[in-house]
Amino acid sequence: MNIHEFLITPAETSRRDGPHSKIVMSSRVRLARNLKGVAFPGWAKKAERIRALEILRPAVEQLPSMKNSFSESMDNLTALDKQILVERHLISREHAAKNAGSGLVINKEESLCVMINEEDHLRMQALRPGLQLKQAWAVLDQFDSALEKKVEYAFDPSLGYLTACPTNLGTGIRVSAMLHLPGLVLSEQINQIISAVNKLGLAVRGLYGEGTEALGNVFQVSNQMTLGEAEPDIVERLNKVLAQIIEHEENARGSLLEKKPKTVLNQIGRAYGILANSHSISSKETMNLLSFMRLGTDLGLFPDVQRGLVDELFVITQPAHLQKQFSEKLGADERDLLRADMLRDRLRNVSRPLNAPPGLEGTKLDKPSEE
Amino acid sequence: MLCCVCKEKEATVHLTQIAGDKMQKVDLCEECAKQKGVNDPAGFSLADLLLGLGASQEMENASGGSEVKCPACGFTQADFKKAGRLGCSQCYQTFAEGLEQLLKSMHKGTRHKGKVPAALRETQDLAERLKSLQKKLEKAVNDENFEQAAQCRDEIKVTKDKLSSISAS
Repeated sequence: MNIHEFLITPAETSRRDGPHSKIVMSSRVRLARNLKGVAFPGWAKKAERIRALEILRPAVEQLPSMKNSFSESMDNLTALDKQILVERHLISREHAAKNAGSGLVINKEESLCVMINEEDHLRMQALRPGLQLKQAWAVLDQFDSALEKKVEYAFDPSLGYLTACPTNLGTGIRVSAMLHLPGLVLSEQINQIISAVNKLGLAVRGLYGEGTEALGNVFQVSNQMTLGEAEPDIVERLNKVLAQIIEHEENARGSLLEKKPKTVLNQIGRAYGILANSHSISSKETMNLLSFMRLGTDLGLFPDVQRGLVDELFVITQPAHLQKQFSEKLGADERDLLRADMLRDRLRNVSRPLNAPPGLEGTKLDKPSEE
Repeated sequence: MLCCVCKEKEATVHLTQIAGDKMQKVDLCEECAKQKGVNDPAGFSLADLLLGLGASQEMENASGGSEVKCPACGFTQADFKKAGRLGCSQCYQTFAEGLEQLLKSMHKGTRHKGKVPAALRETQDLAERLKSLQKKLEKAVNDENFEQAAQCRDEIKVTKDKLSSISAS
């Protein structure tokens, strides 16, 4: 079965719902593990990497939770396939650059995904919609315990699980949540929040992880320290911080509607106008405007739109997903035209946003700023 | 003050990160700051930057400047400076001295807390049990409580057998 037949459609994955999914788009827990006595992938010779892959791939495939999984060596995937997996957040950009000697195993539900020979021999991740870090950790913990019966990990009683990069040493865990924070961006509080979160030893990153831009007002918050703190404590700490960010985002939305209703409604109306009517649009502009449409949906301004539609568009308007629908190779300009065509088509039955959120009819003008 | 990355130009970007009770400072020139993505708050993390900087220096100091090579995989400090990653799990022992300071600045502690592979946990538990039994035995002998001493000796034997059967498999 090829990867396209295997993957669940974005329409379906976007309908998945979880706690707080208005603000928390998804939760992820990742564990880094390495085999004892085999050099880390970045340093191992090709033959050694292949040997590691040959040990790990069958061991992962045979786990009960990986029944009917998709399993492939990275050299059997095209550049486009890999980019699609990146756009789905199933693999990292680093893993997409790998070829022979690296592999990938994804379960049927796309809730467990194992990268073999990325930076470490094993990068295992559990994914959940909405805010479900504890559940994701519980599932991955179990998965890891099942796997450790079949392969021997590099582990040191005082340093914990040994990883290629010392930043992952110890638990090898990265707990992260993808957040949609248009309220904090519009009210210009986001930098304050980011620096406060940084002070707590947590990292804030853009849409595609390390070193990427925060497109579409989407941010990833994750732990940075992995040594000296047990996994459940890390999960708990992140949960506490996330609860606060969620509260701040909700307050920001509330006070924006109260103090600057016209600014918010203007942004949302214009976003709809461009998305539904343009004839050429870049992927970056699309994401930034879809973010405001998502906000409008949350505020009840688009009564006939489900959040899932916006989230689906978020995925399928990205370059590789767009390219996949056409057989000939598209240039960036052609993609912008086709992206606009797709958006006009998908939004043709969506009515323009209400003049005011339900319950706040007769919205007043923006209040003059206090300074 | 000179930039701590290129050590050539004047540092104009000064960063401080406070995590818990630890404070870390980095001074950069504009060019290096741009290169490291410092002006993009979403993509930046001080730990990643520090990793590239402090690490190789710490390791150089620790080894007295001589070239240490990992006996298991042939990895050297120069490789670490270049890649920011280690060669194999054995490298953690080879470069232990230099890594200690780095780990201290990067993490909450320097000793692992949390999950331990089940097979190892069992051995650890048994080893601890053995230790406490031996203490108990000693005390019983001192107290001339021979009945308890005999009981301890039997338990020690069972525990030792379990331990050796695990390490044999």
